[in-house]
Amino acid sequence: MADQIVITVNGKPHTVQAPPDTPLLYVLRNELGLHGPQFGCGLEQCGSCMVIYGREAKQSCKMTVADVGQTPIITLEGLMEDGQLHPVQEAFIQEQAAQCGYCTNGMIIATAALLAKVHHPNERLIREALDGNLCRCGSHIRILRAVYRASELMWGPEP
Amino acid sequence: MSDQSGQSAQNNTPQSASSGRRESFWGELTDELDDWLRIEPDGTITAFSGKVELGTGTRTALSQIVAEELDIPFECVHLTMGDTSLTPDEGYTAGSMTINSSGDALRQAAAEARRILLKLASDRLDADLSDLVIRDGLISVLRDPERLVSYADLMGGKRFKRKVSYTAPLKSPDTYTVVGTSVPRVDIPAKFTGQQSFIQDLTVPGMLHARLVRPPSSTARLVSLDGNSIKNVPGVVKLVQRGNYIGIITEREEQAILAAEKLQVEWSETPSLPPIAELFTFLRSQPTDDHVLIDDGDVEKVIASSFRQISAEYHQPYHAHASIGPSCAVADVTKDHAMVWASTPGPHPLRGTLAQLLGMPIEKVHLIHVEGAGSYGQNGSDDAAADACLLSREVDRPVRVQWTRQDEFVWEPKAPTMVMEVRAGLDSDGSITAWDYHVWSPSHVARARFAGQLVAAQLVAGQPAPAGRFSFGAERNAPTNYTLPRQRVTVHYLAQTPLHASSMRSLGGAENTFANESFMDELASAAGVDPLEYRLRYLDDTRAIDVLHAAAQKAGWVTHPAPMIKSADLLEGQGLAFARYENEEALVACIANVQVERNTGVVSVKRIVVAHDCGLIINPDGLENQIEGNVIQSLSRALKEEVQFDEYRITSVDWETYPILKFSEVPEVEVVLINRPSEPALGAGEPSTCTTAAAVANAIFDAAGIRLRQVPFTPEKVLAALHDTSSGT
Repeated sequence: MADQIVITVNGKPHTVQAPPDTPLLYVLRNELGLHGPQFGCGLEQCGSCMVIYGREAKQSCKMTVADVGQTPIITLEGLMEDGQLHPVQEAFIQEQAAQCGYCTNGMIIATAALLAKVHHPNERLIREALDGNLCRCGSHIRILRAVYRASELMWGPEP
Repeated sequence: MSDQSGQSAQNNTPQSASSGRRESFWGELTDELDDWLRIEPDGTITAFSGKVELGTGTRTALSQIVAEELDIPFECVHLTMGDTSLTPDEGYTAGSMTINSSGDALRQAAAEARRILLKLASDRLDADLSDLVIRDGLISVLRDPERLVSYADLMGGKRFKRKVSYTAPLKSPDTYTVVGTSVPRVDIPAKFTGQQSFIQDLTVPGMLHARLVRPPSSTARLVSLDGNSIKNVPGVVKLVQRGNYIGIITEREEQAILAAEKLQVEWSETPSLPPIAELFTFLRSQPTDDHVLIDDGDVEKVIASSFRQISAEYHQPYHAHASIGPSCAVADVTKDHAMVWASTPGPHPLRGTLAQLLGMPIEKVHLIHVEGAGSYGQNGSDDAAADACLLSREVDRPVRVQWTRQDEFVWEPKAPTMVMEVRAGLDSDGSITAWDYHVWSPSHVARARFAGQLVAAQLVAGQPAPAGRFSFGAERNAPTNYTLPRQRVTVHYLAQTPLHASSMRSLGGAENTFANESFMDELASAAGVDPLEYRLRYLDDTRAIDVLHAAAQKAGWVTHPAPMIKSADLLEGQGLAFARYENEEALVACIANVQVERNTGVVSVKRIVVAHDCGLIINPDGLENQIEGNVIQSLSRALKEEVQFDEYRITSVDWETYPILKFSEVPEVEVVLINRPSEPALGAGEPSTCTTAAAVANAIFDAAGIRLRQVPFTPEKVLAALHDTSSGT
């Protein structure tokens, strides 16, 4: 089939079986068995479904597979390398930065995208970067602490 | 005396309410030791709890309790939770009762097992009991450590066949090495790396997907349904319509989403809801079933003859649980068996309800709890399980039902709306002469104990949600813990309110505390006394006094007999609230620092300090996590949340129409833990949810001299109150 869609997820190509107008989230979860990105609203309002799209944290619940194009996708699972936790995952574990953990995927993805660009963000920038990620359990304080810790793990103490 | 007011509240609680709580809500506890603990052949321990993990860390905390009492490494304890074929019936996971009840049961079971193992070791090693020591699951002779035997050697793979006697010696808390430490949560690594953790992640072989097409409101009626409208959607296995119930089952998930979107359905709706602006007048006009919890007599007479009379009415709109993940369930129902996976907080009770729904004997239903997103009470989880059962039965295959965001907002039961009215008399010196408290509320508990209480059954039958069999929850923290010279506390239960409601974190505890603690502040202000000083005058429980002092010290409480008149555009204030949850559980004092922007009415909460005493602390970091979460969630409810509806239907259907607190609005939260190792461990899932709204309201009063008696404290309410104050009304 000429119009088959191939997307790159966690470094590997995947030939999509779903129709082109299917939101990326369902292909990640149901075709690739990736359970990092979660369905939270389907409206791009909460951030639970975030993936790293190129270099940006992006919600995957409305973006269709047809719109993904050549841009590589990294999911929560793909942050790990050779079974080693990504520093952001490590920091979130050290800070026990969750209660139910349903929103955590988006929190970790948004943090990873932020820290790749800004090594030592100030508190205002962190809060801005995470403002589109909703947490109902109220783990915000820990998540903020985890972002600082991740920044240190990745880039050392603030100069 | 403060304990007495709590005690009398317990004693006077209506019979129906208290028996409902004890017998049906918390399950039927077994005293068979084998039902709680098993020593595996490899020496690890399998423990069983009928409670479930709701994202609060109870799996970790309960495992700590077992590891501690059995003197075995934490890693060797594996806890099985919420499986109707394996775990004890502990009813619902609710009411901050997991640590108290399941924790106590497991502790007693572990102590019993320890006593049995020591006796067996004494025989095996031919040594006196008093000469034996236990370390890491090995029992050895104190002065001859080569003589030793492991738990596995003694009991591995065998059954105890004994009862839990509740007489086995318990370890002294001052010897604890596991309990009281911040063991990291066992469920967290999987959740942070994308391993299957949630009900939403569950797949079973041959599973189909389903979406529901719900009516726009609970009273809407199906007029027409055009099955042809989805004939071009691939993968449709079955369109199910029974009465007003519609579900679409497909091979793939995106097909179900597409079909639900394309399906042509016409509903008829009638206006059935009162204007939201008149909700509280409406509530007070309804017939009630009244329960007097405390009546010291002559309350009205004493208030009327007092030097001053003060009264205030407080309002609680409907709130949503607003779980971040909409409900989901998987069921595999055949002619004579049902296998159900659900995120219900009550696996055993729901099993019975689903058996009734399916017309099956209860033995034929097997329900396994799988974690969902945080639920904080009764969200849509039980109803989603019913949907999965009904739809699976239609196709004789496993079906996964995923609710949409709108399904969750519209069809989850709401946290009840309430009206609280308080009146008091004051002496010329500002002392309270009498206190008269009234609360109007529906029952806070409407969990599905019979099939007709499930949304699916109501839609199939075209029947509204029935009134519950008993009313419960509005009495929670209606009485204060203050020693008052004379008081009356009355709960006016409403059979129904406009929106279907059921339990949310703390039941009526948060709303009653909002009213009581706001009113204490109003009285302190009327008396011209500092709010902290005024409260301390009416407290004689040292634990209560301690939490207040601890919070005041940490927050840097500034004594203020009355708000200072300020002229700045940015007004700052500090407010205080105190509660002892259920009058006899954990104690909480909360101090909020706020800023109020005079021109915009925006309230920013800058800092919240909570001092917390829940007796013996099992896991300090887990506890702090719970308290932070309680504070932020209850702050979100106080500042932003209200379920909106028009005369036809609920209009809060997503995060734009039901906004919650965001990162940019979250204050600093500081927690002071007071550990009391000699006191029983009390639950912490709810107590610190109770004090936030009052502390913030009191801080707003301190900042701006305005008294807000209804959440959420929106800019519109603040501006209106500022306007009223400046124009002298």
